Amino acid sequence: MNSIKQSGWKPEMGGVGESVPATYTGNKALMLEEALIFEIGTTETTGVDLADAPQVATRLGNLERHSDIGLPGLSEPETVRHYTRLSRQNYAIDLGFFPLGSCTMKHNPRLNEKVARMAGFADVHPLQPVETVQGALAVINELAVWLIQLTGMYGVAMTPKAGAHGELCGILCIKAALEARGDPRSVILVPESAHGTNPATAAFAGFLVENIPATSEGRVDLAVLKARLGPDVAGVMITNPNTCGLFERDMRAISDAVHAAGGYVYCDGANFNAIVGRVRPGDLGIDAMHINLHKTFSTPHGGGGPGSGPVVLSQALSPYGPLPFTERHADGNYTLVEEETAGERHPRSFGRMTAFHGQMGMFTRALAYIMSHGANGLRQVAEDAVLNANYILRSLEDVLEAPFAHSGPCMHEALFNDNGLAEGFSTLDIAKGLIDEGYHPMTVYFPLVVHGAMLIEPTETESKATLDQFIGALGRVAERAKAGDPSLKSAPHHAPRRRLDETQAARKPVLVWREPEQAVAAE
Amino acid sequence: MTRYFTEDHEWIDVDGDSATVGITQYAQGQLGDIVFAEVPAAGATLKKGGDAAVVESVKAASDVYAPVSGTVIDSNAALEGDPALVNSDPEGEGWFFKLTLSDISELNSLMDAAAYKAFVDGL
Repeated sequence: MNSIKQSGWKPEMGGVGESVPATYTGNKALMLEEALIFEIGTTETTGVDLADAPQVATRLGNLERHSDIGLPGLSEPETVRHYTRLSRQNYAIDLGFFPLGSCTMKHNPRLNEKVARMAGFADVHPLQPVETVQGALAVINELAVWLIQLTGMYGVAMTPKAGAHGELCGILCIKAALEARGDPRSVILVPESAHGTNPATAAFAGFLVENIPATSEGRVDLAVLKARLGPDVAGVMITNPNTCGLFERDMRAISDAVHAAGGYVYCDGANFNAIVGRVRPGDLGIDAMHINLHKTFSTPHGGGGPGSGPVVLSQALSPYGPLPFTERHADGNYTLVEEETAGERHPRSFGRMTAFHGQMGMFTRALAYIMSHGANGLRQVAEDAVLNANYILRSLEDVLEAPFAHSGPCMHEALFNDNGLAEGFSTLDIAKGLIDEGYHPMTVYFPLVVHGAMLIEPTETESKATLDQFIGALGRVAERAKAGDPSLKSAPHHAPRRRLDETQAARKPVLVWREPEQAVAAE
Repeated sequence: MTRYFTEDHEWIDVDGDSATVGITQYAQGQLGDIVFAEVPAAGATLKKGGDAAVVESVKAASDVYAPVSGTVIDSNAALEGDPALVNSDPEGEGWFFKLTLSDISELNSLMDAAAYKAFVDGL
């Protein structure tokens, strides 16, 4: 282990274990306390000098407001400081390693941002005449071609705006295809190892959801799945690689069985970053799969979004995909196929999911990412993401129990459980201990099939030095949990706030600020 | 009154053709602090093994399944204001709903207290 931390701190500099005097302000040097804006501003002050509003006759009747609305008034610098200070209390991928499993918090390359800010992309409006936005349409079309190539699928719906929106798009395609052949079916099968949004999507689209258990290896139980297939099963929704961080090796057999029974296969492609450039879902018999551009293709998310979830479709489902979509003509010009023109071009579409053409700002970023990496670069993205996850899995499996370590290498995320912790210690304590170490904790208590789950996704963008430091930190926190170190139960000790009462926060959330005297009265 | 258990950690107290359903002591311990419980409305028709209620803890949201088929006749309104009852008294005050059984023979597939204890010990 390298003892020099990335911050430049070295053990001989000392400072650990000294008692820390409280400050007058409550600030800790550059870590500033910050009150709510209602607590620092008053209704008596204002930061702007507005002209008196003209007297006009209103037609609001008794709806006219006569009292102040109680907004705090602050000067511009006070306002700027308030929000800047709040932003500094946030943890972000640009500040440190963000190992959230299932979320793919990878670096957002600055090249993407540069391209997205080019005036020709940033300043276009979706209602502009198409002849004035040929470049933007070319970007959508080019990205669509890449996504089809990378997945080995037949078509793609670019408009869905996030992963779950993409799921809905795929499931509506399946529903439309079944209705078109006069064979409405009612059941969608969802394995335990699928993302939680999958059953929600199926239920939202009007299907009954049935669970398929996982094997002790953490993969779909193929025998149970096959036994359940029948004329009432519309399809399966399967996450591959799954939430246990494992590749579903039986995917082709699953697809064949589902197709033989007349159903369709939806694949949750949120984890496509583990296999991009290595596996083409089209070769596995998948009919529909959403791609999270905000994960695999590095566009921002986790507060910095928005997401974008294009759905690639098989030849069987493509005719039912949503409007609008771009079309490239022989003369090199692009047009949009919309309701007015769909009659002959795309008559069986299930309809429209969005007002316009999708998340344009994410399309430019994703295409910049794809073109700057190239096909071989994308392949290396997947390989490095998997290598990094396996490095974490094998480095920590002696400290924490890895329930599926016997199933072979993991994909892009490493999964541990809470076996072996001291009595009274849990995954939550480890997560809180990691905050003290300066990390956003990994995903905890998900997937549900693993007790006290800890799911870590390092992504390909972290260096070995970063991974080594994290492994050292998590290993040490885990040892404290196994030894029953009482100080871990009250972690975090160094964060702006100590351990919060999550139960009370969930049971009796205080969502509205009130004047202190009103708040007392409301008790 | 006879108490039966399911592998999904529900208990059911049967009295003639009516019954009361909740989740077990083991289940509440696994879930941790419960922050929300959604119970079915009277008149709802439940199918054995189907979704009947939802329980949400600080860790996760889980479905509570119907141990047997039947029609809901009452649900525990106290859980709305005080979901912690499920933690403090899961097999008593923290009950979820009462139902009229539509097929008493379905009880044959459930476990008695001894069988459930052995089942939990094996987990």
